[in-house]
Amino acid sequence: MDFGFTEEQELLRSEVRKYLDAKCPLEQVRAISEAEGGAGFSPELWKEIAELGWLGLCVPEVHGGAGLGQVDLVVLLEETGRSLFPSPLLATSLAVAALREAGSEEQQARWLPSLADGTAIGSPALQEDADPPTPERVSLVGTPDGDGFVLRGEKRFVPDAGAATLFVVPFRAGSELALAVVERDAAGVSLEAWPGMDLTKRLGRLVLDGVRVGPDAVLAERGDAVFERIVDRATAGLTAEIVGAADGAVVLTAEYAKDRIQFGSPIGRYQGVKHPLAEMYVDVESSKSLLYYAAWALDESPAEAPRYVSMAKAYASEAFARIGIDAVQLHGAVGYTWEFDAHLYLKRSKWARPMYGDSDFHYERVAALGGL
Amino acid sequence: MDLTLTPEEEAFRDEVRAFLDENLPQDANRADPGFVAEWQRKLRAKRWVGFSWPAEVGGGGGSIMQQAILKEEMARRKAPPLGSCFMGLTWVGPAIIAYGSEEQKQRFIPDILDGAYQWCTGYSEPDHGSDLGALQCKAVREGDEYVVNGQKIWTSIAMWSKWIILLVRTSQHADDKHQGITCLLVPMDTPGITVRPIKNMAGGAMFAEVFFDDVRVPVELRLGAEGEGWKVTITALAHERSGIAEVESLTRNLEALKRLAQKTTRGGRPASEDPGVRARIARFETRIQAMRMNGLRYLTKQLRGEPLGSETSVSKLLRAQLEVEMGDFAVEIQGAAGPLVEGAEAAADGGRWQKMALSWPEVVIGGGTPNIQKNIIAERILGLPKD
Ligand SMILES: Cc1cc2nc3c(=O)[nH]c(=O)nc-3n(C[C@H](O)[C@H](O)[C@H](O)COP(=O)(O)OP(=O)(O)OC[C@H]3O[C@@H](n4cnc5c(N)ncnc54)[C@H](O)[C@@H]3O)c2cc1C
Repeated sequence: MDFGFTEEQELLRSEVRKYLDAKCPLEQVRAISEAEGGAGFSPELWKEIAELGWLGLCVPEVHGGAGLGQVDLVVLLEETGRSLFPSPLLATSLAVAALREAGSEEQQARWLPSLADGTAIGSPALQEDADPPTPERVSLVGTPDGDGFVLRGEKRFVPDAGAATLFVVPFRAGSELALAVVERDAAGVSLEAWPGMDLTKRLGRLVLDGVRVGPDAVLAERGDAVFERIVDRATAGLTAEIVGAADGAVVLTAEYAKDRIQFGSPIGRYQGVKHPLAEMYVDVESSKSLLYYAAWALDESPAEAPRYVSMAKAYASEAFARIGIDAVQLHGAVGYTWEFDAHLYLKRSKWARPMYGDSDFHYERVAALGGL
Repeated sequence: MDLTLTPEEEAFRDEVRAFLDENLPQDANRADPGFVAEWQRKLRAKRWVGFSWPAEVGGGGGSIMQQAILKEEMARRKAPPLGSCFMGLTWVGPAIIAYGSEEQKQRFIPDILDGAYQWCTGYSEPDHGSDLGALQCKAVREGDEYVVNGQKIWTSIAMWSKWIILLVRTSQHADDKHQGITCLLVPMDTPGITVRPIKNMAGGAMFAEVFFDDVRVPVELRLGAEGEGWKVTITALAHERSGIAEVESLTRNLEALKRLAQKTTRGGRPASEDPGVRARIARFETRIQAMRMNGLRYLTKQLRGEPLGSETSVSKLLRAQLEVEMGDFAVEIQGAAGPLVEGAEAAADGGRWQKMALSWPEVVIGGGTPNIQKNIIAERILGLPKD
């Protein structure tokens, strides 16, 4: 048994952190995400991280990637989460995961190389309404059309809808759930980016107005089970960014508590400050442990994965919401300013909490899977 | 990261399972002292008591990983404890192994492994509980002896113990209270020691006051150097906290809590169908799993050569919170039957939940309170200033 990271994974972590600290510190995060009319990411940095291999981390080597697994992805996403790195990296990684779960060899060969080299930006368009994505909530109908389907309807809460060029779209193919790859420039596709409180994360709408998908664009594997596996991987990826960001918020707040003097002493000496920080630390530790186990299980022990993914997401997103609020509160009034960074984490926590199911949803799943 | 067992670890697990199949029948009476004594004798013969302790002192010479496997398998089968000397096995033994003289190791370790008698722990005093470092029970050196005067309190099982691991003050240091503390190992039948049991809120008497009146302790019973007792205590406390932070009893309680929710009704329906009840149980389950996974990560750190440190406070804190909340919740969902105890016809599960709801201070206050664990986490891990 070994429940720790390998030397290679530790190296990956420190290189990602070094790069983000140098190239995208929080001033830069703000510049990118606050840019008027911007798509919420920097095309230059996107090119660089493609060259660094981040986008292809989990793309098989034959398709131009590094062929690594979910635990490696967790390391990368914890770091991008910690830095609040604004980019469609998470969405793209999740599109990669969807293609790997459901795509044939041929389909993977067709789309994965461009996702790995950054020329395409992927996004899983899993939701139609504000409810968590479950197979029952997929209602968009694919009308048979020769050997393919015509899709009419819309997907909402689509990550990086403004930037993405390639969407994985679930639909009803008769009684079955199927998934199609839809490219941004296909006839009948229109997109709308929605304003949100977290400027570093974008959501929007994908409208499919009679979009035809040929048999080659309908992913090989169909059914509820593959959809659920994709959602579980998406949830684990998201949770990695949550855990990293929560850790970042705790560090930011602990450092502030060491520097800020009131009543003649650093505020971190007072237990009203110290104890919430200790609780935040414990929550981050616990979130990490649940997340790492879930990530390991996704690749190595799939039968256990759904339960642990739900535990990790439920625990981490609830803890992060509290940490986001406490981080602002423990800074005092500067925490409420646009200029100070604390609110960036709070906003991220609001974005992350409902994504792929909030704690209520996931705790209910834990109860059901635990025999209740 | 590999959460499966290596082939060697698996072989060991199978050996443990085979042993359990043979020696612990499903219907064994785990409450029968004769059975338990025989059980512990067999384990001792296999050197599984103190399994991760060095072979030179009589331990099993196993790895801490094997030790963890052993404990997990035993817990899964609800086996009686590995040995009968709880404090000796959990923290007194490890402290003696780390700081004791050769002679002390030879003298005490085999008895701890055999469960020959009980140890108790004399740290807390009436005026010095959380602020343990300020303790005042005094020892003055006279020739080859220390003469001890003062009082300890909350000393668990003092009345049934043959030895006490005792913290005394051998010198005063205004600038650093932790200097001048010395650790002594003292026979409880030494003249001048008086034990007075204290009844707790659950109605039992498990802890006691212990008075020391000119108690003479030979110098060779000092553990570690004079004035360096605090170091010994830090080691012992880390082991105590990690002992308290065991997850198996929580897991068992969780399973029982689910069954309780299934057979308890709310408005004529099983409580387990109530969304609020389901969510609360799922939260307990998740937090218990988090604690278990934290434990595995910390075990990995140890396996990679890092010593047990402040992370034991994380686990101790989680255990404390879960123990209080689960006991309270189990009583709450029983509705009007909640306050009934063993003996009442309507008390669920023979009153086990009421016992849990009244005994949590053992793991919440014993070993240091939640506030103190939070101080440790904030100061030693996050680097905040001391208060
Ligand atoms: C069942 C049980 C068994 C025990 N067994 C033993 C034993 O075998 N041997 C032994 O030596 N001791 C034992 N103890 C004693 C235990 O270690 C102490 O009770 C504990 O350390 C707290 O000390 P205290 O009771 O004096 O409380 P106090 O220290 O007086 O604390 C009272 C309250 O103040 C809070 N507090 C104190 N200081 C601070 C601070 N700096 N910051 C914030 N809050 C603070 C505490 O959290 C607590 O809530 C046992 C206790 C119990 C309940």
